[in-house]
Amino acid sequence: MTSYTSIELMATVASHQLEDGKIVGVGTGLPMIASLLAQKTHAPKLIIFFEAGSMAPQVPTLPISVGDSRCAHKAVAATGLAGIMETGQRGMIDYAFLGGAEVDMYGNINSTVIGGHDSPKVRLPGSGGANDFGSLSWRTIIIAMHNKAKLPERVSFITTPGYIDGPGAREEAGLPRGTGPFRVITNLALMGFDEETCRMKLISVHPGVTVDQVRENTGFDLIIPDDVTISPAPTDEELARLKDIDPDGIIIGK
Amino acid sequence: MFEEGKGELLSSCTADEIRDWNRNNKDRGLVDKMTTVRSAVEKYVKDGTYLAIGGFGHIRISMPLIYEIVRHRIKHLQISGHTAVHDLDVLIAGDCVDAVDVAYAFAYETRGLSRNGRRAVESGKIKCVEWTNASLSWRIKAAAMGLPFLPARNLLGSDTFRYSAAKEMECPFTGQKLVALPALMPDVSIIHVHYADKYGNCSIRGTTVKDDDLAKASKRVIVTAERIVPDTFFRNDPERTTIPYFCVDAVIEAPHGSHPGNMPHEYYFDEEHIRDYLKAGADDGSLKDYLDKWVYSVNDFDEYLDLVGTKKLNELRRLEELR
Repeated sequence: MTSYTSIELMATVASHQLEDGKIVGVGTGLPMIASLLAQKTHAPKLIIFFEAGSMAPQVPTLPISVGDSRCAHKAVAATGLAGIMETGQRGMIDYAFLGGAEVDMYGNINSTVIGGHDSPKVRLPGSGGANDFGSLSWRTIIIAMHNKAKLPERVSFITTPGYIDGPGAREEAGLPRGTGPFRVITNLALMGFDEETCRMKLISVHPGVTVDQVRENTGFDLIIPDDVTISPAPTDEELARLKDIDPDGIIIGK
Repeated sequence: MFEEGKGELLSSCTADEIRDWNRNNKDRGLVDKMTTVRSAVEKYVKDGTYLAIGGFGHIRISMPLIYEIVRHRIKHLQISGHTAVHDLDVLIAGDCVDAVDVAYAFAYETRGLSRNGRRAVESGKIKCVEWTNASLSWRIKAAAMGLPFLPARNLLGSDTFRYSAAKEMECPFTGQKLVALPALMPDVSIIHVHYADKYGNCSIRGTTVKDDDLAKASKRVIVTAERIVPDTFFRNDPERTTIPYFCVDAVIEAPHGSHPGNMPHEYYFDEEHIRDYLKAGADDGSLKDYLDKWVYSVNDFDEYLDLVGTKKLNELRRLEELR
């Protein structure tokens, strides 16, 4: 059996969530890796948007920033932040692909502060384009680490709104209808959201992980349906492509 | 029920103030605006200035002007942080900053968080008002359009909104709830470009980020350029003009001006330099040593480039070309 790391597994499981031929707005870090992997495997016509303005680039090697020259390599257009987010606002971006320090049961993401806003324990970078992508794209895919602190019942600060506090809350807040969180990929499991309650629910556990382990490491009452499956392990082909994308292990090696 | 963000509006303007400023202060003439970073900073950047920086935090940033602001020990700056990375971090290291309109700040993307930036916020030295990248871009676009605000559909339902200075509003046609983003007219913006002529016409290659609107929105615009070109560069191909000359107040020739940042089509990041800087940021003492070496003990950007060395600068050009 091929050996792989949990970061490699998160990248492959995340890449499977992206559909060929759709437009995805990609955040920095693992979302970049997973989107590039999808392009090199099952979704060669996936269209990547980076917030600094590049549309449909052919990224030659792992970028350091979503705004660096690698991200605009052989793109069809080099626009700006407004060019990207206005395209999202008029309903053209199918997926937002984001990371977050904390994600809660309604898929709200915190990437701003731990502790009070005005005297924070830890200051994080803030929204960047995450709030914009998460508000305006049709479906949001989130990557996070799985423990009780990172997956609390409620995030201490909603940087990017998920379903806020339940059904109808996004529409009531004025956000575009029919949008919201779609998938959460962690080092333990793949999760989705229950249509009626808008709460996070388990879809599959990663190989070697039990449902109990997932439950014990989640800071809220995760919905656990009867038909939980096991996430597919990375294939040799996928692992080889990941090495092509990040040969120095800048993100995969973390 | 319409809510208001409780953050402070750091810089405000009415539509008529934008018009009056442009009527009374912006030169229409084709005049030679070539100058030096020292003169431009002395003339336009004051204690308490609201400053916006072109590019994307560590891509296409005007480091000659940033180092000069630090060397001049300018204080109490307010900064527009639409993906602020190394640009803002060096200004914080130089103790130049009091407040930030944060979309993204205090971090270096895939390289992780900045200890220096975090320390400044966590100790209460820097005040943060929360925004998002699109919010700041649309605030700048509103000012560029000569409007007091723009409506949008982001930001709603978040704590980012609650700690911003935006307001909810009702669409007068449909009743739809929207967010109103107040126009942002920075006192000064500093923008690094690929080509400029002596009048201030500018051409940017790669993503513009928001710099076309930023040049229109700002009271004063200082441009540094990789290359100064004759005005026929623009006259013969007017579609090259990203920023027209009448937006610009000062022009400075600055090859390698984004170092250690990336300059699309020119040179890639100096990762070794950035790694050393981030390591120095671990404590105030090492950061002071860094600034002494790279900022305070050199007279200008040419002397800084001598320290970096031709070998390294050439290597960064090869890296950009993927050779």
